[in-house]
Amino acid sequence: MSLSVAVEKRLGPAEMPFVLDAEFLSQGRITALFGRSGAGKSTLVNLIAGLLRPDRGSIRLDDAVLFDGAAGVDVPAHRRRIGYVFQEGRLFPHLSVRGNLVYGQRFTARQDRWATLDEIVDLLGIDALLDRRPAALSGGEKQRVAIGRALLASPRLLLMDEPLASLDRERKHEIIPYIERLRDRMQMPIVYVSHAIDEVSRLADTVVLLDAGKVVAVGRVNDVLGGSAEMLADGAEAGVVLTATVLAHDPENGVTRLNHPAGEFSIPLVDLAVGAPVRLRVRARDVALAVGDPGRISIRNRLAGTVTAITDAAPPSVAVRLDLAGDPLIANVTRDAVRDLGLKVGDHVTALIKSAAFDPLSVGGARTQGTS
Amino acid sequence: MFEGLTPAEWEAIRLSIRIAFVAMLASLPFGVAVALLLARVRFPGRTLVDGIVHLPLVMPPVVTGYLLLLLFGRRGPIGAWLESTFGIVLAFRWTGAALACAIMGFPLMVRAMRLSIEAIDERLEAAAATLGAHRLAVFATITLPLMLPGILAGMVLAFARALGEFGATITFVGNIPGETQTIPTAIYTYTQVPGGDVGALRLTAISIAIALAALVASDVLARRVARKVLGQ
Repeated sequence: MSLSVAVEKRLGPAEMPFVLDAEFLSQGRITALFGRSGAGKSTLVNLIAGLLRPDRGSIRLDDAVLFDGAAGVDVPAHRRRIGYVFQEGRLFPHLSVRGNLVYGQRFTARQDRWATLDEIVDLLGIDALLDRRPAALSGGEKQRVAIGRALLASPRLLLMDEPLASLDRERKHEIIPYIERLRDRMQMPIVYVSHAIDEVSRLADTVVLLDAGKVVAVGRVNDVLGGSAEMLADGAEAGVVLTATVLAHDPENGVTRLNHPAGEFSIPLVDLAVGAPVRLRVRARDVALAVGDPGRISIRNRLAGTVTAITDAAPPSVAVRLDLAGDPLIANVTRDAVRDLGLKVGDHVTALIKSAAFDPLSVGGARTQGTS
Repeated sequence: MFEGLTPAEWEAIRLSIRIAFVAMLASLPFGVAVALLLARVRFPGRTLVDGIVHLPLVMPPVVTGYLLLLLFGRRGPIGAWLESTFGIVLAFRWTGAALACAIMGFPLMVRAMRLSIEAIDERLEAAAATLGAHRLAVFATITLPLMLPGILAGMVLAFARALGEFGATITFVGNIPGETQTIPTAIYTYTQVPGGDVGALRLTAISIAIALAALVASDVLARRVARKVLGQ
C-alpha cells in the first residue's frame, strides 16, 4: 500500500493558531506517527480518517483520492473505509461486546468484507467477552474489543491513535502481542500514533517524526530513531532497533540468549519460540565501546562492529555510529573517551551492552526479516 | 372511592388521561427535533428559538390560552384555514385541549431531551462514522438509543404537566363536560358551587393517585432503560 499525505490545517484561536503542515509518503506495513504530545499526531490521523477537514492539500490511499482540496474531493469519513482505534476505546455503551464488534459489518458491502467475527475473536482472544457490556470490561479488554470492532468493518487502512496510552504497564504487555499478530497476519496497513519510543521501535517499519505540526523526518525505524535526541519525543533518546533470533532460553538465570550476525547476546527472559526473530531497541546511552579484548568485566553482551561515523551529540557526549554486520548501532560516549581510545572511522571495536538495559516492553517478536 | 364517582367525573378522568396522552405523543417528534436543533446546531437566532420554546413556562397560562384562541379559534388565521382545508376544529374541542397541553408541556419536554443529548459523547458518533455509518444511521443506532432516558423523562414531564394544565385549557377550549372538562377544570367547577367540596376532594385524591402512578412507572422504566442503555 502507499499512503500519501500532504495537508495543511489551522486549529485553535486565530491570533495563536496551531498550524499542522505535514507531508509524507509511506509504503510500510506499520507506519508510526511519532512525536511529542501536541506535535499534531492526533490531528493528522483525524484528517486521514475524515473526522477533520484539511484547509488544503491532498490525501491518497493507493489509487483512491480521499481528499483533494484543489479538485474539491472530500470523501466523507463513513465512505473512506479507514478503521480507527481511539485512545479511549470509544466502545458503544448501549451495545454488548458482540454488538460493538459487528457494528461496522452491516455498512460494508459484501464483496469488500475480508474480516469474519470468528477470525477476529480468535485473533484477539475475546471469545469470553462477547456477551458482556463495555462497562464490565477492563481497560485492556476494552482496547482489544475496540481493535476488533475496527477490523470487522474490513478497513483498507487501520489508524491506531495511542491505543496503549491510557493503559498501565501490565495492560500494555497484554495488548502489544495482539498488535504484532495483527501486523503479521492481516493484509492491511496500519498507521500507529505514539509518543512512546519503545512501542514504535517494537512495531513500526516506517517512522514519520512530527514536531510542532511539521514532519521532521520520514524513513525506516533505524534511520529516524537513530537521529539526535533533541529531535525525538519527551524523554525519548536516540537508539536503534536490532533484529536477532532466539537461540535459547535460560529460565534458571532469567535470560534469553539471542543470535545476531555480530555476536551472541542475552536479554531478560522473553516469551518467544526458539528460532523466532526478535526486534529489540538499544538506546545509544546503554552502549559502551572497547577497543580489542575488554578483559574481565561483567557485561555479557559483546558485539563486534566497525565505526562508520562520529558525530557530536548533547554535550559531553559524542555519538559513535557502528556497523554491526549490516545493522546500525549507536553508542553515546564522552568526548574524552573517544580521544583516549583514538577512535576514528573504520576502526574495529567491541560494543558492550548490559543485559539489564533491555526493557522487556521494547522487545518483541519480529516479522520475517528484510521486509522493512 | 370509585363507587362514589358520578358519570361526569368519570368522563373528566377519562378525558384528562386521553388529552395528556395525545398531547405527549403528538409533541414527541417535535420535541426530539427541537431538542436536537438546540443542542447540536449552531445557527443565527438560536437564542430566539430557545426563548420562544421556553415562553409557555414563564408566561401566564391564560395568555397562552388566549393567544391560541386568537390563532386557532374558528376565526383565527390558522383555525380558519384548518377548518376550510381539513375540516379540523380545535376551539372548544378536546383536541384543542390537547394542543394547549402540548404547548404548555413542550418546554419541559425539550429541556429534558436536550440535557440528555448534551450528555452524549459526540466522539462515539465520530467512531460510528469511521465504522461506515452515515449520518442517519449514526442517529438511529447511537444518538437515539443514548438519548432514550432523556426522551422518557421528557415524556413523563409533559404528561404530568398536561394532567395539571388549567389556565390555557379553560381559556382556549372552555370547560364543557364530556368534551373539554378535565380533572382540574372539574375541580374548579365543584369549588364554584355550594356543597361541591366532596366532589372536589374525590377528584383531588384521584389526581394525586394518577400523578404518583405516572411518576413511579416512569422511575421504574427509566431505571430499566438506563441499565439497558448504559450497561450499568
